Amino acid sequence: MRRFAPLMGLLVMAAILSVLSPHFLTFDNLINVFRQSSVNALLALGQLLVIITAGIDLSVGSILGLSCVLEAIMLKAGVPWPVCIATGIAIGAAVGMINGLLLTKLRLPHPFISTLGMMNVARGLAFVISGGFPISELPSGFRFWGAGTIAYIPVPVILVVAVYALFHVFLTRTTLGRDVYAIGGNKQAAIFSGIPVDRRLTMVYALSGGLAAVGAIVLGGRLNSGFPLAGDGAELDSIAAVIIGGASFFGGEGTVWGTLNGALIIGVLRNGLTLLNVSPNWQKVVIGVVIVAAVWIDVLRQKATRKRGLVKK
Amino acid sequence: MENITKSFSRVPVLDDVSFEVCPGEVHALIGENGAGKSTLMKIVSGAYRADRGAVFWKGQPVEIKTPHQAHDLGINIVHQELMLVPQLSIGENVFLGRHPVGRGASRWVRWNDINEQASSLLKGLGHPLDPKRPVGELSIAEQQLVEIARALAFSAQLIIMDEPTSPLSEHETRRLFQTILQLKERGVSVVYISHRLKEIHEVADRVTVLRDGRHIVTRPIQEATTDNLVRYMIGREIREQFSEKESRENGEEALRVEGLTASGKFSDISFRVRQGEIVGLAGLVGAGRTELVETLFGTGEAESGKVYLDGQLVKIQTPMDAVRHRLALVADDRKAKGLVLGKSIRFNVALAAPRKSARYKIFLNCSREKEVAEQLARELRLKTPSIEERVMYLSGGGQQKVVLAKWLSADSKVFILDEPTRGIDVSSKAEIYDLIRQLAESGVAILFVSSELEEILHLADRILVMHRGRITGELPREGANEELIMQLAIGGTVH
Repeated sequence: MRRFAPLMGLLVMAAILSVLSPHFLTFDNLINVFRQSSVNALLALGQLLVIITAGIDLSVGSILGLSCVLEAIMLKAGVPWPVCIATGIAIGAAVGMINGLLLTKLRLPHPFISTLGMMNVARGLAFVISGGFPISELPSGFRFWGAGTIAYIPVPVILVVAVYALFHVFLTRTTLGRDVYAIGGNKQAAIFSGIPVDRRLTMVYALSGGLAAVGAIVLGGRLNSGFPLAGDGAELDSIAAVIIGGASFFGGEGTVWGTLNGALIIGVLRNGLTLLNVSPNWQKVVIGVVIVAAVWIDVLRQKATRKRGLVKK
Repeated sequence: MENITKSFSRVPVLDDVSFEVCPGEVHALIGENGAGKSTLMKIVSGAYRADRGAVFWKGQPVEIKTPHQAHDLGINIVHQELMLVPQLSIGENVFLGRHPVGRGASRWVRWNDINEQASSLLKGLGHPLDPKRPVGELSIAEQQLVEIARALAFSAQLIIMDEPTSPLSEHETRRLFQTILQLKERGVSVVYISHRLKEIHEVADRVTVLRDGRHIVTRPIQEATTDNLVRYMIGREIREQFSEKESRENGEEALRVEGLTASGKFSDISFRVRQGEIVGLAGLVGAGRTELVETLFGTGEAESGKVYLDGQLVKIQTPMDAVRHRLALVADDRKAKGLVLGKSIRFNVALAAPRKSARYKIFLNCSREKEVAEQLARELRLKTPSIEERVMYLSGGGQQKVVLAKWLSADSKVFILDEPTRGIDVSSKAEIYDLIRQLAESGVAILFVSSELEEILHLADRILVMHRGRITGELPREGANEELIMQLAIGGTVH
């Protein structure tokens, strides 16, 4: 039941919008929604991993910005695009890994702090490196990842589907994924069961940084530019997608599937409200309400299950 | 309370239960987990409301809708998990939520009053503690006192104590009993919920047994023998809880510890455990037993000393090392250290050994995992509709079985059990004892830490006793008795 709640939310919303606007339910528009959601979906996937471990990663938006600028500079310097992409992802993962090490080696009390620090550091570096200006006119090989299509399907959409499938397998079918859930469910018990908790946490933050860098490729490619403000505020959208997607902020719960739905719900809302000529300011208000409502519905549902649980006891 | 009935989602948990407490009476309430004790007490204290039935307070029918109302009437609970704010002082905790404030417009907190009153309440209970000390610094026994003082500050006339002695040492238990007697003299009534039948005989005036949500019997304590009570609680005869174990040849040495020291915790610990042997580790709470076993398992650091497994010197610095050397720790707090409560039985059973059944060490083999969990659930006689059930819905005994299953599936060869029967009902306890014996018979070496002398005496082949971080004596199975162990545990010598 819980598994399908985000999907149902998505379908209900889509149904309402398709009644309100004739343009909503067209192939072009739906593909467009998916494409527009792809950067957030990539960031949210990393965020999901972190939130399952009962953590939070505030630095994903800044890592996206830093990685985007770095790639653009390298591309402009004539470095072949595959090398740029690989370097960008490696840098993102390295920055994420530092987040993890701050948490596990320096024993900072909460990832909110370490990633808040990194959010500022990475954003600052993006400005330093670029001098504050956008770097435009990137080669077409790079742009393909953000703006290209394969058989009418945008490349970012294909990328998201592939990456999500990969991480679905990672979380549900591998021992590493199992450890991630165990750490979030009860860190102490995970330690006492011989799970290398620190190593897994570092891995999770590195993956989150790496996925943010994949988001940088898509965004940079689509906008044909590396600019230091790229991904500004994106961390909050990614957290919203994960939470709307049914993950628990206290860790141990959350699925790739739900997070995809969460990212799409935000995308559909933005798209639908734009079609209905609702101003971006009001869109923010609506999305805020949806976040709170989604979690509130979840609280009600959990109350119901808890009652059931008391009986069994 | 008369004819109380309560159901959750139409499943009855209390069925027509009546229960009364007289002023100044200590009334023991016993029953297995799930018998309805907690639910009944939650109705009295305002956390739940009864579907049917009435509550009378001093002869008047009352409706208690919230815990706040219960407090106003003079009904208080001292919870199993203490409800104190560790960062605040004793005084602040005693008056939490109702700090005495000045009259009229002056709403400032009156600290002098708080500290004086808290201090005199604690003195009245026979335990002068500095009311300015933060509660987090206190021992669990002292924290309990603070809760009792808090109840008295609410001018409580009925105090409900839920398993108050399970975290306490023998000595602290004695002191709590004295406190209870003092409460009685003041005319305060106490409802005493416990699994420990022996204690009930020492402290209670009457005893009521609940089973499956029904009132079974209420008796003056003089007329209730332990055997009778056990029979009422489980509704059938159980065979002798502790069957005599035939002595058998022990195998090779499995675990040897030499001169293990961690300053401030324990020092110069040496002992050995053979395959198939159960070595008991007795001592008072705070003697360093939990610290010792957790250090063996790699969660604490030792300064010096050597640990041998199967005769090989090993270095265990993390629990990972321990699991790799097939060491198992059933930790003292199964909910905090043993289980992921929100996950299924299957998930938890595989927790320590996901790699064992994995393909290429990385891909989970779900069908194999299921097989293992199902087989262990059967062997351990785990009562559950399915292995996909979340462990938070299991009883304490069921949860402990899942912890054991976790280590069994990891093929552990040395089991360290730290208070494995704490907070577990009588019939599950008997099953856990059986399991421990079966484990030993299968050749596993067992180090069994317990504060319950009875179970140590009945299970262990040899008994080590710790006092203040040192092993003060070793007793063979024959000739060991409670007095000898207690003497060693309080630091005396045995002649």
